[in-house]
Amino acid sequence: MADVVVEQGRLARVASPHRKGANLRNVLGRKSTVAFFLTLPLILLIFLLVLYPAFYSLYLATLNKAMTKFVGLGNFTFLFKRETFWMVVKQSCIFAVTAVIFKALIGFIVAHFVHNIPGKKQRKWRGMLLVPWVIPPAMSTLAWLWLFDPSYSAFNYTLSFFGVGPIPWLGNTFWARFSIILVNVWYGAPFFLIMYLAALKSVPDQLYEAAAIDGANWWQRIWFITLPMMRNIIAITTLFSLIVTFANFDIVRILTSGGPLDTTHLFATWAFQVGIQSSDIPLGACVSLFMVPILAVAAIFILRDVSKRGNEA
Amino acid sequence: MADVALRKVIKRYDDVEAVRGIDLDISDHEFIVLVGPSGCGKSTTLRMIAGLEDITGGDIMIGGDVVNDVPPKDRDIAMVFQNYALYPHMTVAENMSFGLRLKHYPKAEIKARVTEAARLLDITDLIDRKPKQLSGGQRQRVAMGRAIVRNPKVFLFDEPLSNLDAKLRVQMRIEIKKVHQKVRTTTVYVTHDQVEAMTLADRVVVMNKGRIEQIGTPNELYHKPATRFVAGFIGSPAMNFIPCRLEDAAGTLRIRLSDRIAFPLPPARAARYGALPRTDKLLLGIRPEHLTEAHAHLEPGEETFDTVLDVTEPMGMETLVYFALDGTPVCGRVDPNAGAADGAPMRLAMDLNNMHLLNEETGAVL
Repeated sequence: MADVVVEQGRLARVASPHRKGANLRNVLGRKSTVAFFLTLPLILLIFLLVLYPAFYSLYLATLNKAMTKFVGLGNFTFLFKRETFWMVVKQSCIFAVTAVIFKALIGFIVAHFVHNIPGKKQRKWRGMLLVPWVIPPAMSTLAWLWLFDPSYSAFNYTLSFFGVGPIPWLGNTFWARFSIILVNVWYGAPFFLIMYLAALKSVPDQLYEAAAIDGANWWQRIWFITLPMMRNIIAITTLFSLIVTFANFDIVRILTSGGPLDTTHLFATWAFQVGIQSSDIPLGACVSLFMVPILAVAAIFILRDVSKRGNEA
Repeated sequence: MADVALRKVIKRYDDVEAVRGIDLDISDHEFIVLVGPSGCGKSTTLRMIAGLEDITGGDIMIGGDVVNDVPPKDRDIAMVFQNYALYPHMTVAENMSFGLRLKHYPKAEIKARVTEAARLLDITDLIDRKPKQLSGGQRQRVAMGRAIVRNPKVFLFDEPLSNLDAKLRVQMRIEIKKVHQKVRTTTVYVTHDQVEAMTLADRVVVMNKGRIEQIGTPNELYHKPATRFVAGFIGSPAMNFIPCRLEDAAGTLRIRLSDRIAFPLPPARAARYGALPRTDKLLLGIRPEHLTEAHAHLEPGEETFDTVLDVTEPMGMETLVYFALDGTPVCGRVDPNAGAADGAPMRLAMDLNNMHLLNEETGAVL
């Protein structure tokens, strides 16, 4: 008996350092720990590229032009008094809302057409229709810039046959605003198309058959079946697109640089002009910060609805 | 309510002919079941009646009117789908009233009809729930409710019980029968389950490879199958088919199953089969319940033989016995107390009064 006890004691002693190692291994082996380490690169990236610049711009926005003195909310009150600022607010809203509405509408309609194309052909069409979204916007916008050229462009040349024009596509406030929206819709509609197409495919055919038997015509089928079934996708894509469109930079920068007379400036392009080109970095940071509250309100409204429906569905 | 008629209806997909010329008359109030294996064209036929599939040839009539080119919404039919196809974003009441709301019925009438249907189907408490919150059986009831409130000319059921578990299926089968007894709407019901077909139908339509094999009451199909396919498809366990030939011996007509087994035919059968050429290759069709343990006293037409059982399956009220006759597997049904055991010899009796004789080549029942 005694031998056995000693044996057990030694075993226990030998085992104890092992247990410490096992503890560490347990911690490392926990699912939450593994998950943390797997997401760590992303967390670091977000910290470096999003959080740090965001807080840094908050800090910058409270400095004077030379960045030597703390001025508190001075930059903000200065902005509120400038007419250009309110024009940029208005133009950003008009641009984002109009562009998103048209992108969603065109995406929805084209998704229906593509959905009804059978099999292999559908893949071809899907690929072709995605092209605008795949080309880097800086490149494709340059092509548009040539198309919009007042004297030698394809658009005005074609229109001349109908006795129309020449239209100052980028030289007149209305046409310039129209043009940047047009290019943005051209660029962004394929994203809606692909999202809506996926959503359409997830609606069971039998629901449409049941609706057809229940007496629904095509419009009622879209209104009572398709739209309710796609509500969440529509809300999320709209929100996503609203944010991206609102913060658009490249299209306006390349086509008009904000002109004529700053009438096509968006927050991002104006912040760039004020902050970088006019060397007033604190004021530029201040302009860019104005996007946050506006987008936050939109995000809260749309996402609140999504989570509510998520619960009931 | 109305009768339904199909005249030489054909459905072709590219080069596959799914339905090959079907003629069918369904009278008012009748409960018709289309039954057959997968791919026999039964669902396609139903969907053509519904208007969900175009027809390639022939005519479909509902209430005497040709509806070939009438869209589903104008055919005044209601359909219950296999996966229920309830609108997930609508409540039970909204699901049921959808068709009526589209047709702008007065609110009071919609409410009355939904309440009545819910009461009939015993789903009154569920009326404000969403389909997600319902069990399979409850969803099935709602799908039926959606059909009932419309008060259509014809009900169409497309394998409505296939997604339910076995117990619920039996229960819902009875519910469907009860509902039909109350509303008496002409019904076309598609299933691959011959038990469902037999229990529900006024008349069963057995389909195979896009054609109708036989139309008849459940009893007719069971006792007087027209073809080998029907004989083998209806009934579980299936009818046995044993190769055989006719021979004359000592002035009586005999049926020879193997070198060692030959039975004299009962007089009625002998008269019926007497004119057949003795050289034809034939099949003896005999249902398992007509292959029982041999009693001491044999009825006229019963013949006994000895065999060795391969496998036995005790089912409680009966025992299924499997053995081979000259290499052909055969199934019989014996009393659980008859002493059947795996590998044991047993003396069995074949009731030739209930035999069928089939032509092996054409499959026709003679």
